[in-house]
Amino acid sequence: MDERPGTPIASVEAVFREERGRLLAALVRRFGDLDLAEEVTSEAIEAALARWPVDGVPPKPGAWLMTTARRKAVDRLRRDQVFATRLAILRVEADRADPVPPPDPGADLPDERLQLFFTCAHPALAAEDRTALTLRCLAGLTTPEVARAFLLPTATMAKRITRAKKKISEARIPFRVPGADELPERLPGVLQVVYSIFTEGYAASSGPDLLRLDLAEEAIRLARILRRLLPQQREVAGLLGLMLLVHARREARTGPDGELVLLEEQDRLRWDAPMIEEGTVLVTVALTGGPPGPYGVQGAIAAVHAEAADFAGTDWPQIVALYDVLNALGPSPVVAVNRAVAVAMRDGPQAGLDLLDELAAEPLLRGYHPYIAARADLLERLGRDSQAAEAYREALDLAGTEPERELIRRRLAAIERGGS
Amino acid sequence: MLMIMANAIDEQGGAAGCTVEDWMAYDKEVQDAGIMVSGESLADLVTATTVRVAADGARTVTDGPYAETREVLGGFYVIDVPDLDAALDWAARCPGARDGSIVVRPIADFGG
Repeated sequence: MDERPGTPIASVEAVFREERGRLLAALVRRFGDLDLAEEVTSEAIEAALARWPVDGVPPKPGAWLMTTARRKAVDRLRRDQVFATRLAILRVEADRADPVPPPDPGADLPDERLQLFFTCAHPALAAEDRTALTLRCLAGLTTPEVARAFLLPTATMAKRITRAKKKISEARIPFRVPGADELPERLPGVLQVVYSIFTEGYAASSGPDLLRLDLAEEAIRLARILRRLLPQQREVAGLLGLMLLVHARREARTGPDGELVLLEEQDRLRWDAPMIEEGTVLVTVALTGGPPGPYGVQGAIAAVHAEAADFAGTDWPQIVALYDVLNALGPSPVVAVNRAVAVAMRDGPQAGLDLLDELAAEPLLRGYHPYIAARADLLERLGRDSQAAEAYREALDLAGTEPERELIRRRLAAIERGGS
Repeated sequence: MLMIMANAIDEQGGAAGCTVEDWMAYDKEVQDAGIMVSGESLADLVTATTVRVAADGARTVTDGPYAETREVLGGFYVIDVPDLDAALDWAARCPGARDGSIVVRPIADFGG
């Protein structure tokens, strides 16, 4: 009746974000059908929203939700016998492959989200579907929220999610955690999904705003869940550490008018010190007790930046060495560009420019504006203004977001003023 | 269904690279695992014939197709396994995966 602003409903829904993923995973485990599990998860949460404000929150909220959802699922199966028969066959076959473990009597609601992570990030799904499904099923975002995050119409995103769910169900992508022997092959896929959500939030590939913090924060939240579920996996620690260290710079990364501020010019007092500390601890975990993985090494690079008092005082030899390790783990032209910039800081702009020019024929760097912008920057540092201006103009045409274009325009204007 | 796509075709139109022994060993594994539903190896591509029926019912028969397409169906297995991961494991072990690729497709379920 009363429409006071900030009615408790909104906050209760926020609380359910975490519960939703857990409940969904447990129901998928029980019924082996993602659609059914989603439907009854929503119904159970709706029931809780209606009942709890009146009856009070039950002593075991997770168990209450699970019981309610299960009852609704059984109702649905009674109504739809054909569906029930099909599902029963699927269950028997899935149990044959991977029996459901007995429930842990101590837990309010068993945490079976790990299997859902692996299903949503299954390599048999298209890459863009993996991120959408992970946000939908594990971060608990609604389809319109996922659509907004990717700047797509809701209908397009709904179609994408439906397509992915159809593939899971018809191609029988299983709900299971890969065995220890498969894990090294499958875990990078899950981490890649989480990291791509983060990078999309951090440096949005298109659109008016550079930062889409909510996506970055969703990615961090997902990585925290994974870290709890897979405490032994050092690359999970590395990924979470890397994202925290990068995210710690968020306030300093844009100026008052939303313009991009480069690492070199950032006010380091605006970096989030507790977040840096947490990230650094995680990166240390990632680099201890075995050979490092790519996320651990990228985290270490971010940690070296984080501990430097200013840009010039950064331990550039260390950064170059870490890029060498990263390149040995998986050579990529993008890593080579970053390494060249670090070499320029260590040995001077000409050394960096020589390395960048060696990469000129690399097809993957064609149209990659950070490469062109890095060249422009080094040319400018060498006083080769007309070449620098030409490179900035080329980068301007390629940059995806307005703040990035604005930054390039500022640099270009500075050269043109200085040169004339 | 595991569709065995060969991309290295020798002069006789057969898949190159794997020995008969490889295939026999794999076939025995599939049989012994009790998952075999059916499977055939297709004869050489030079023996293939294509038929089309136009809207007016006219039938066209042509020799071929010849491998303008890089990958050609060389044979198939239909196996009964619980899920996609199990199917992918069997596909990865198939000799045809080494000099070609295996396309894994579920058989449509019409609810019957």
